[in-house]
Amino acid sequence: MLYRESGQFKTTYAADQAILPIKQDLYFVILAILIAVAIPFFVSNYVIQALLLPFLIYSLAAIGLNILVGYCGQISLGTGGFMAVGAFAAWNLMARIPDMPPLVAFILAGLIAAGAGILFGLPALRIKGFYLAVTTLAAQFFLIWLLQRPWFVGYSPTGVISAQTIEILGWRVDTPVDRYLFALAVLIVMALVAKNLVRSATGRKWMAIRDMDVAAEIIGIRPMITKLKAFAVSSFFVGIAGVLWAYLYLGQLEAEAFDIYTSFDVLFMVIIGGLGSILGSFLGAAFVVIVPILLNVIPGALGLPLGTAMISYIEIFIFGSLIIFFLIVEPHGLARLWSIAKQKLRLWPFPY
Amino acid sequence: MPIELSFFLEVLVGGLLAGMMYSLVALGFVLIFKASGIFNFAQAAMVLFAAMFIAGMHQRYGVPFWLAIPLTIVLMIGVAWIIERVVLRPLVNQEPIIMFMSTIGIFFALIGFAEMIWGSRSRSLDIGIPQDPIFVGDMLFQSYDLVAGGIALVLVLLLALFAQRTRMGRVLRAVADDHQAAQAVGIRLSTVWVVVWSIAGFVAVVAGVVWGGNLGVQPVMVDVAFKALPVLLLGGLTSIHGAIIAGLIIGAGESLAEVYLGPIIGGGIDNWFAYVIAMAFMVYRPEGMFGEKIIERI
Repeated sequence: MLYRESGQFKTTYAADQAILPIKQDLYFVILAILIAVAIPFFVSNYVIQALLLPFLIYSLAAIGLNILVGYCGQISLGTGGFMAVGAFAAWNLMARIPDMPPLVAFILAGLIAAGAGILFGLPALRIKGFYLAVTTLAAQFFLIWLLQRPWFVGYSPTGVISAQTIEILGWRVDTPVDRYLFALAVLIVMALVAKNLVRSATGRKWMAIRDMDVAAEIIGIRPMITKLKAFAVSSFFVGIAGVLWAYLYLGQLEAEAFDIYTSFDVLFMVIIGGLGSILGSFLGAAFVVIVPILLNVIPGALGLPLGTAMISYIEIFIFGSLIIFFLIVEPHGLARLWSIAKQKLRLWPFPY
Repeated sequence: MPIELSFFLEVLVGGLLAGMMYSLVALGFVLIFKASGIFNFAQAAMVLFAAMFIAGMHQRYGVPFWLAIPLTIVLMIGVAWIIERVVLRPLVNQEPIIMFMSTIGIFFALIGFAEMIWGSRSRSLDIGIPQDPIFVGDMLFQSYDLVAGGIALVLVLLLALFAQRTRMGRVLRAVADDHQAAQAVGIRLSTVWVVVWSIAGFVAVVAGVVWGGNLGVQPVMVDVAFKALPVLLLGGLTSIHGAIIAGLIIGAGESLAEVYLGPIIGGGIDNWFAYVIAMAFMVYRPEGMFGEKIIERI
């Protein structure tokens, strides 16, 4: 009843191919974007910094990884490494080239990350499945090591460098609200690109490769170009997410901030959110960002006398258990729960 | 003997022995992968888990090692049983990547649980393996490495005997060969999985004692276990002796690279060197040195 598409007729091809063909979905997305734009003016800076910014940036990274894992079926554990490449490329471009506009630097940084992705994606032409997952760890460890070399950190003795301020056409992005809006704008644009990409010919080729690469090859899809494209696009997204993470969230660059656990976190988001779903990337990111904060807050709110160390141990334990729980309850991720809910709403309140 | 040669040999042997320790961790992975097709990322956490329980029981409650180690082995069997019941059984027949992610969940849960009980501070674990240096000619070896290498070798031989000579070993090989055929001849998969995870737990106990005795028991131990992954790849996910040989190659390659290549391109390369060796080799042979040939059908 609430969610019924009957009566919405498509009379043109353009209408039939719209990203959101159903009116309710369209309204929902517009509402979500409006809320997202308005929300920073109603919440404290702490909430923006601790909750909203990580959510936006992780969503972007999750979309990037979802393209690779969910759509093209190539498992990657090197996300942290590619994020670091993006961040450090942006810093070096801006530090070494005078008058480099930040936006151009960010896009170039994304392209450099895409280059790194192609390089480490090359083995995927021969190696498959878990073997590939572990070889992408090579990217993780090698890239983080490389970016700790003195040249990349501007010969800073500690290996930590502070990020330049971003200024676009006179708009200085420095207060939390500004940072949030900047991240939101980037995310919306890139999510649209991703959504369109995965329903294009390229996206369909990725899915064919994912479902069975030998068969896809036989029907004329070139596996090399398709897989490398997925690696490049995915790394571009992930690299931009790395730039945002360093420039908007941390305010500084440090290779250690993109360690292997970052890669795991992003992979969790993709799996918990739903493989092969852009919406799922958002849901997964929300889950992984919110749960640790909740776990951190709940014992205090209940007045349990626990030390901070104990809380962090319990947090790790519960986080691990929750992941297992979610995988058992819904192996196809939160996105599947969402589509089940939509199906239910379509019939509600008359179940037949 | 010229100084360069003896130094080279010293580095080489040190690397080989360190490689045996990587093999110990890699063995646990191989066992589970062979028997259930699950890439068990939690193996590293199981090593830490076991080591924390042994060291913790010994230091906090004064339990002697001859009691603490068997107790921990029993505990690991319990853990294996719980994992089979709670995690694996509901997830049967899911896609491999889902199983893989669930083992990462187990990874976090095990570490969190062990830290809830024992805290995260570093503990020493000294079960009386001698730590003295030994001189052979003018080469210097650590006696600890020799003993640890010996333990690893014995464990591997035991596992090989178990797999070849016992009834249970034959069952495991049957399951590894073909799940459905094994079920058809009356093998209970759930029992097999508990047994396999228990053996992996036992291997983790041994690895935990050996690693912990050398480096101390602390959460960073998990990172060391990441080095077992390239060993696993190089050897092939399905080959027990592959894990050993690859461990030796990676151990030796890594320490030689750190000594001879490190000064040229900068230190700390042991973090990734093993991965790059494994990756380069796998481009040549995608299933590792001794892995079963991957046959693709449509």
